[in-house]
Amino acid sequence: MASQKRIAKELADCTTNPPAGMSISLANDSDVHKWHVVLDGPPDSVYAGGKFGIIVSLPSEYPFKAPVVTFATRIYHPNITNDSLGNICLSILKPENWKPASRLLAVLEAVRALLIEPQPDDPLEGRIADEYRRERKEFEKNAKTYVTRYAKGPVKFDVLAAAAAAAPASNTSS
Amino acid sequence: MDSDDDFMSPVSSEDDILPDDSDNDDMSGAEDFDFDDEPDPDLGMSKDFERKKKVAYDISFKVFQPTDIQRQQDELVNEVNMILDISKEEAAILLRHFRWNKERLIEDYMDRPHQVLEAAGLAQTAARLPRLETIPGFVCDICCEDEEGLQSFAIKCGHRYCVDCYRQYLFQKIREEGEAARIQCPSDGCNLIIDARSLDLLVTADLADRYHELLTRTYVEDKDCLKWCPAPDCQNAIECGVKKKDLDKVVPTVSCLCGHRFCFGCILNDHQPAPCELVKKWLKKCADDSETANWISANTKECPKCNSTIEKNGGCNHMTCRKCKHEFCWMCMGLWSEHGTSWYSCNRFEEKSGTDARDAQAKSRVSLERYLHYYNRYANHEQSARLDKNIYIKTEQKMVQLQKESGMSWIEVQYLNAASQALQTCRQTLMWTYAFAFYLARNNLTEIFEDNQKDLEMAVEALSGMFEKPVSELSNVKVEMLDKTSYCNKRRVILLEDTAQNLAEGLWTFNVELTGAAAPSGPSARR
Repeated sequence: MASQKRIAKELADCTTNPPAGMSISLANDSDVHKWHVVLDGPPDSVYAGGKFGIIVSLPSEYPFKAPVVTFATRIYHPNITNDSLGNICLSILKPENWKPASRLLAVLEAVRALLIEPQPDDPLEGRIADEYRRERKEFEKNAKTYVTRYAKGPVKFDVLAAAAAAAPASNTSS
Repeated sequence: MDSDDDFMSPVSSEDDILPDDSDNDDMSGAEDFDFDDEPDPDLGMSKDFERKKKVAYDISFKVFQPTDIQRQQDELVNEVNMILDISKEEAAILLRHFRWNKERLIEDYMDRPHQVLEAAGLAQTAARLPRLETIPGFVCDICCEDEEGLQSFAIKCGHRYCVDCYRQYLFQKIREEGEAARIQCPSDGCNLIIDARSLDLLVTADLADRYHELLTRTYVEDKDCLKWCPAPDCQNAIECGVKKKDLDKVVPTVSCLCGHRFCFGCILNDHQPAPCELVKKWLKKCADDSETANWISANTKECPKCNSTIEKNGGCNHMTCRKCKHEFCWMCMGLWSEHGTSWYSCNRFEEKSGTDARDAQAKSRVSLERYLHYYNRYANHEQSARLDKNIYIKTEQKMVQLQKESGMSWIEVQYLNAASQALQTCRQTLMWTYAFAFYLARNNLTEIFEDNQKDLEMAVEALSGMFEKPVSELSNVKVEMLDKTSYCNKRRVILLEDTAQNLAEGLWTFNVELTGAAAPSGPSARR
């Protein structure tokens, strides 16, 4: 399959020469269509010090269809749903913008850029976007609380387990 | 009154009865009602004046068949191709980019050709026919294949990919995403648009057909004055000049060559005389369960203590709430303990809290009854129209039978067909008169409207009755039926003219807000 060769090449590129602050692996070795990415919170952002699990799923039509990117670690961000699904709004991933020549490297870079600079005008969480615009201090405080609550310690990629673990975690960590 | 002649003129009546009987492509004016039913004898020169006056509710329209649509596009493309001296492919892409507004395209292009080309995705120009190439050492950036002799393709931007990837990409865009006019180069960040000629070179014939179909579709969808006929399997488009903002003044009903009659404003089936917005409100009202809520408020009361909804299921007025055990009187809603045993003379009847509760109940009951009154009549005509449709199917058999039994010729039994068509259209209209009436606030005009409605309804029922006669008797009532048919059509036109005129002049008062232009559900956003 054409896509296998392409994915193998992209994976090799990403693992031998990983983008800044990221480590990339396969969810399991037999399936190149599911990637696990651990992203370090960018140093100058409110997410600094946290480790975020990101799941990249490549559809069977990849690269003709865009990959699906979700956050496995909960995060307080205007463009990422504030729930256990961790859906993310990224223009490069929209069907009308995705090009088969687009690279996963670029996608991951875009995710990282989004943590450094949220896009409140294109929000998934309207309330957080409002807060980001109007009460930056409050936003930063909340985002940091989320980091200490959810993004410390080993990264969990099992979304359901992470969600289940998240509830008691609030008791132990705070 | 000589206006009767107007109603019987071939334009307004024949088209209503046999909408698909015309060989004429140009259907404009088929629904173009003549509103001046009281001609002014003094104004011999009034023709021009009337023309002008009619513009407000001019709903003339044209039907275009697929070949017409293609021809129009080709003409525009050729024109731009000659004026701007660019290839036909480029002219087509530019026109689509400008939503087929030729004037704006030419103006903008004359002013700043480079920006226009860039915005439309035609940045670089190199006059060369698209072709497949085999380049030594080529590696496809999409699939990472690098084998010898790999065929590759690039549009003008030079971003080169192997043919298989290109095909897969186009297949994905056309089949899965239904995209055509804005398929860009597969390269990340390159917005150059793939032209029709390149596409034809790459894809299979059926995919290319689909592509051209989608392209044609954008032509109709981009133009506000064009809409597809919504009838299944109909490929025609209708042109009509009625603007969205006029929809509170006019009900632009058009009829396609396929016989389907629909409203140009909202694409729903003919809903004269009710304006689009009332139709939307009415359908929503009928569809959602707001009436369930009405039923609840008309048939139940709330426990005065815990507010649980209670339906009275027995005769006794001494109510005990199942939930909170509160005991109260169903009549006055007051405490039962204060009643003693004399509930039947309920002496707290005039108390304020009790009257308020009862007023609210009575009001909701009246509104429910009012709605049901109109709804039942609306639904009845809807159902009857369906039943009449069955009759229409049987009509043909009847006509054949009649030809055999009475020795009538084919043309002589056409009156049955005409009658059946008239029944359909009139019921359709009657149905909507009830939705219309539901929203109508009472004034002198409503009385006239209701008289018209009543007349039409009686005529329709009479015709419907005749229709059900056994075949053997049908030939005896031919003249009667012909008369009734034309009478029904006439009554319908009278009713519609009256309502349309009052609508155009803003004389109706509705008991809901009609915003008209303030409902911007404009052309669906294109990707």
